[in-house]
Amino acid sequence: MPKIELTNLQKSYGAVSVIDGLNLTMEDGEFTVLVGPSGCGKSTTLRMIAGLETVTGGEIRIGGRDVTHLEPKERDLALVFQDYALYPHMNVAKNMSFALRLARYDKSKINSRVNEVAEMLGLTEYLNRKPAELSGGQRQRVAMGRALVRDASTFLFDEPLSNLDAKLRAQMRAELALMSKRIQKNMVYVTHDQVEAMTLGDRIVVMKSGKIMQVGTPEELYRSPANLFVAGFIGSPTMNFLDGELFEENGRLFAKGNGFALPLPDKRKAELATHTGRKIIIGLRPGNFFMGNGENALELPIILSEYIGAQSVLMSELGGQTITIEVSSEAPIPSGAPMEFLIEEEGIHLFDSKTEEAL
Amino acid sequence: MFLAPAAAILAIALLYPIGYMIYASFLDWNPSQRIGEADWVGMRNYLKLLNDAAFWESTWVTVRFASIVVTLEMIFGVGLAMILDRNLRGMSILRTIFILPMMIAPIVVGLMWRYMYHPQVGIFNRTLKSLGFDTIPFLSESNWAFASVIIADIWQWTPFIFILSLAALQSLPQSAIEASRIDGASGWQQVLYIKLPLMLPVLIVTVLLRLIDAFKVLEVILVMTNGGPGLSTEVLALRISRTASEFRELGEAAAMSNALLFLLMLLTVIMFGYTKLQEKRAAKLRQAAQEEI
Repeated sequence: MPKIELTNLQKSYGAVSVIDGLNLTMEDGEFTVLVGPSGCGKSTTLRMIAGLETVTGGEIRIGGRDVTHLEPKERDLALVFQDYALYPHMNVAKNMSFALRLARYDKSKINSRVNEVAEMLGLTEYLNRKPAELSGGQRQRVAMGRALVRDASTFLFDEPLSNLDAKLRAQMRAELALMSKRIQKNMVYVTHDQVEAMTLGDRIVVMKSGKIMQVGTPEELYRSPANLFVAGFIGSPTMNFLDGELFEENGRLFAKGNGFALPLPDKRKAELATHTGRKIIIGLRPGNFFMGNGENALELPIILSEYIGAQSVLMSELGGQTITIEVSSEAPIPSGAPMEFLIEEEGIHLFDSKTEEAL
Repeated sequence: MFLAPAAAILAIALLYPIGYMIYASFLDWNPSQRIGEADWVGMRNYLKLLNDAAFWESTWVTVRFASIVVTLEMIFGVGLAMILDRNLRGMSILRTIFILPMMIAPIVVGLMWRYMYHPQVGIFNRTLKSLGFDTIPFLSESNWAFASVIIADIWQWTPFIFILSLAALQSLPQSAIEASRIDGASGWQQVLYIKLPLMLPVLIVTVLLRLIDAFKVLEVILVMTNGGPGLSTEVLALRISRTASEFRELGEAAAMSNALLFLLMLLTVIMFGYTKLQEKRAAKLRQAAQEEI
């Protein structure tokens, strides 16, 4: 299972630069997710790794071998497409065995391999069907099966679940997670859905406008986002951002906004000292609020209360801005009357308002 | 009820001429006679055709001509489409140039080629002569004449197949082709296993359309060789026109037309049957997919 290294990778269409000097290493046997909004260059990056897109500049190495200008078939990888890309004129078995037949494998070996994978994916009874005779979820499985049959060293996924409905997507996501555990291959997965990224990825690469914003484990990205973009992109509901400034009072550091002040942990005092008095952006995760009272409690109005079972998502107002709060709830929380909330200290994220980098 | 006007127009515009032609094929009819004055001769015109060696020769020439030109046009047209199916600069201009021959009136094409094939002043023979080769009797020797009209037809009609194939190629699912590249298919294997099978429905309809057209070919050959030398390039349409105007046998010409019509109907029925089959298959697939959900 080879390591994939991208060095100063560039892609431009004419004068338009899509990928601008990407450096990234994907370790052996790791599930790497490239995530970002539409047009951030994640699919282009994947297609360059696959060899379907020419590289404008830089280098791609797989297992130490320079594959930058090699044909896809010389790279030993399998790709699952967003629209499945099944061959419409071949039945499921033929679709799955196409690569093996091209490689002139033994007929008996092809059959046993196809049957094995079909069994694993629950496709055995559909082997003689054409793609048009299958439902969306089954086509998805065939696309996966075609990749699995190959036994390639690297699996690439280009938004494989985005054409499925919500329920099926959740189910396939779980199956995919199980499969990746079982086959232990190098996987690169592209998605715009941060939930998919968080649940599937060993490591997540957040991209924006052809640049990498942050690379890290799901937990790292959630707990310590490197900048405003990652903070806003990862996590659902999204983080609340409020304008404010840092100030010190009686030896304690506060993040002060319009009409509120949040005490910061003393351990952060040293690193933040240079920013005192400067304009900052305060980021608060909706999930880091909890009901309770005390010295630092904030009394917040409940504008709207959405009860979704174990949780309630509340719309409130702080510092003149609308914020979202997520709290666990046994019964629906009434809207109208203000309530008191505390904020976990670790849930307070601070960003430089100019550079948008985390402080 | 609402179909009545349409049905009436259809009857007048379509069925009347055909009915007229069928009726005429049972007459001994000279162009100087009004149709009412012509004698009813029953099946005589048809029986005569059966024993008319020239008619059979024309039919054979037509069948050979149609099958050869359509086969070669398919190979060249599809091949060209495969080669030009890419986004290079200036490709749109190149494509436009390629389809020009199709837009020229057949009479003009015939004239043009006749001059190019001309034994003394034609470009081919002049070139051959200046290079020190013998001249070729392009239009005056039977086999050469047949080959010459085939070349002219290929020149004019390959673009038609080229356009349809290119359209078919460009509407193929790109991701399936990319998937085949990932799966390790070479350029030829992509064409053989993915592109051609997926283009097949369009190609079959194209072949039938071209066949129907090729069976009716007239103007280019009329201008180039007028069927000669001998009967070597006399296709059915030409035979029909000569029977009517030169031999003044309208009844016989009508009978021949009906024979040609029958041949074309056969092709049309095959095409119709094929489309029906496709529709049925698509409906079945849709149903199967729906039951699954």
